[in-house]
Amino acid sequence: MSGFGGFVLRRALGMVVTLLAISVIVYVVFYATPGNVAQITCGPRCSPEQVHQVAEQLKLGDPLYLRYWHFLEGLFVGQDYSTGTSVAHCSAPCLGLSYQSDQQVMDIILTKLPVSLSLVLGAMVLWLLLGIGTGVLSAWRRGRISERLLTALTLAGTATPVFVIGLVLMIVVCGELQLLPFPQYVNFGDDPEQWAWNLLLPWLSLALIEAAAFARLTRASMLETLAEDHIRTFRAYGVGERSIVGRHALRGALAPVIALNANNVGSAVGGAVLTETLFGLPGIGQELVHAVKVVDLPVVVGMVLVVGFFVVIANAVADVLYAVADRRVVLA
Amino acid sequence: MSLVEVTDLTVGFGSLRAVDGLSFRLEEGTALALVGESGSGKSTVAGALLGLHRDTGARVGGSVRVAGTDVQQASDEELRRLRGARAAMVFQDPLSSLDPYYAIGDQIAEVYRVHTRGSRRAARARAVEVLERVGIPDAQRRSRSRPHEFSGGMRQRALIAMALACEPDLLIADEPTTALDVTVQAQILDLLHTLREETGMGLLLVTHDVGVAAESVDEVLVMRHGRAVEHGPVGTVLGAPAQAYTRELLDAVPRVDAPRAASEPSDEVVLEATGLRREFGRGKRAFAAVDDVSLTVRRGETLGVVGESGSGKTTLGRMLVGLLEPTAGEIHYAGRRHTGVNPAVQMVFQDPVSSLNPRRSVGESIADPLRARGERDEQRIRGRVVELLERVGLEAVHYDRYPHEFSGGQRQRVGIARALAADPRVIVCDEPVSALDVTTQAQVVDLLGELQRELGLALVFIAHDLAVVRQVSDRVAVMRRGQVVESGPVDEVYDAPREPYTKQLLAAVPALDPEVAAERRAARRELAVA
Repeated sequence: MSGFGGFVLRRALGMVVTLLAISVIVYVVFYATPGNVAQITCGPRCSPEQVHQVAEQLKLGDPLYLRYWHFLEGLFVGQDYSTGTSVAHCSAPCLGLSYQSDQQVMDIILTKLPVSLSLVLGAMVLWLLLGIGTGVLSAWRRGRISERLLTALTLAGTATPVFVIGLVLMIVVCGELQLLPFPQYVNFGDDPEQWAWNLLLPWLSLALIEAAAFARLTRASMLETLAEDHIRTFRAYGVGERSIVGRHALRGALAPVIALNANNVGSAVGGAVLTETLFGLPGIGQELVHAVKVVDLPVVVGMVLVVGFFVVIANAVADVLYAVADRRVVLA
Repeated sequence: MSLVEVTDLTVGFGSLRAVDGLSFRLEEGTALALVGESGSGKSTVAGALLGLHRDTGARVGGSVRVAGTDVQQASDEELRRLRGARAAMVFQDPLSSLDPYYAIGDQIAEVYRVHTRGSRRAARARAVEVLERVGIPDAQRRSRSRPHEFSGGMRQRALIAMALACEPDLLIADEPTTALDVTVQAQILDLLHTLREETGMGLLLVTHDVGVAAESVDEVLVMRHGRAVEHGPVGTVLGAPAQAYTRELLDAVPRVDAPRAASEPSDEVVLEATGLRREFGRGKRAFAAVDDVSLTVRRGETLGVVGESGSGKTTLGRMLVGLLEPTAGEIHYAGRRHTGVNPAVQMVFQDPVSSLNPRRSVGESIADPLRARGERDEQRIRGRVVELLERVGLEAVHYDRYPHEFSGGQRQRVGIARALAADPRVIVCDEPVSALDVTTQAQVVDLLGELQRELGLALVFIAHDLAVVRQVSDRVAVMRRGQVVESGPVDEVYDAPREPYTKQLLAAVPALDPEVAAERRAARRELAVA
């Protein structure tokens, strides 16, 4: 298979394989651990009958590979669960049932996911703009006072925890200046304007931290490209600095930035716990921490899979973007 | 007024004076070559003509006037208007000199638009026009290709097209053919010649290769240590040099038409390869880098292997020393079949910088083959390494030094010492002198010859440079596309080539005599027409 279509297809296949591998590992790690899985899954306050029922439900009598197959089946075609009195259908993609909260894991995730995605995608736009902008500027102004100042600022940015920046922002913007009310999550579907206003501070605090890393990476990468021979060619042909920096050097410098962004977006979906907690955003991160604390196994497994899904997707998108930017990738 | 007026130019980087009080003029429509070895400051001069040292931390003194612009005094904007429009530069490495992310036509169009403020469409049309002019077939379509989709020669043509875009008065070419094969080099030099005839632009050619200069210019300026050694018409400087250094430089240049002193190889065959084949890749992408090559190497003789890039000569060399497993065919050493690495067959590599571990002293590197053979006595190892160092013209004190402390020629001596450490009977040299200046080249070639006579070594000398191969070889094999197209005693092959490809190669070698060069150019035109 050759050409761009073939490349995308190969990449997509690789993605599916990676996801399957992740699901095997996650399943084995959580469900093949020693101890009474049924008791753990059901929760500490379950009666022996309930524990027995959960054991039936999870088919704990079957060998591990059959149980995994059952789990996969749920993912792709759905499953029926008996809750003792009635039978509930969990449609595909089914990640199982949280016995502790009596909710389907997918439903829990679906209520939390929009919050996390809103936070991360919005913040991503900001951190890319801020990070790449600062990086380009400091590469361009290398050695001058403005560049040293920017470098110092980005170093401070990478070193500051998000709760410090977030708290300061909240105290100043919401408390002292009273420019914004204290953030409270509003659904995009309910009121897009309020959604944006309320997310502004979380976006800013998450973006400021992330932007620092992007600025440093962009700067280093730009400096490397600016030293390349083809940049010298365009200088020797009287092409203006603006076009050299903005058109030729930036394009060459973007590859590592795209790669870093993929990783950070993917992991921030489930990993922005501090930001979510600080601003009271009911996102995936918070839920995951809660599920881990009460050992709600089906929820933990489901969430880890979903987060893995986003990391893998983000990386695949990055690879395709990278190939669009540089066609030589397709050949390799 | 002259097209270029350089007066008392000095350029310093840190404590180094790269150019030290250089003055010359170039009249309109004429061509001047700056010739010198690496570090002579010739490329620095070329950069100074376009003010490329501005804002780089280099100290530039003296005055430079190009096409009416005082490069030293000009504002950034005036300088920008000079660059590319009135004076355009062609660089050495055409792959890295073009932006890998944009189509070639777009890059040329961008340069054109910067200087003419024309429309996008007009600029694109101009790009196609100049690409056609430099002989890119199907220029309309190929202008949408990116640099990696072009061959080396086509990339250099594209760079020249970019230079032509704004019809400059002066073309500065900095080693424009150094990265190219000899036949492609001849094409590019011929192209420059034709373009100059047609447009009347002046040419400043920077080159380390005296032959390339002889082919292309009216005047030659020989540089050394940032100063002018000799300056005059090309026929005088190359034909009757007044300065000792110029003579030394010219003597060191290997001649393709000079037979070498005959040696007396024995009949004892030490290395024999039969039906060697090596494939790379699998399935549909598989191709044979070496395809059915058979050869013999006798004790005390040198077998030259010449060919252009991609002809499979390096793959062949690596198979001979056992670094690569042949897909088919056999290697016999001293009459017995041999597979894998053979201590009696050693290799000297092309790039003496990257083939030595920068973190280990050269003594340690040379000692490697001894230790690999099981020698444990440190006293004896050190003694033997010192002996080898002295044998290749280095000193005992060099044992504890690191590769970066040596010059290119010295590093190649280290490489040779390392190959000798295993007491080999055959040494395969893969482009051993192509990274070296001509004077250093001559010294290393002499060293190899000496070692051969003294130790009765058989040498396989792989190179793209036909002149060097003639100088060192007893027999020669000409490779093309993985096969040996012609082989035989070196004088026969060079003086009476049978194969058209060999003739083509020989016709492409730059001649040192400008008159011979003109004759060869005419001959090439005939070959091209035929």
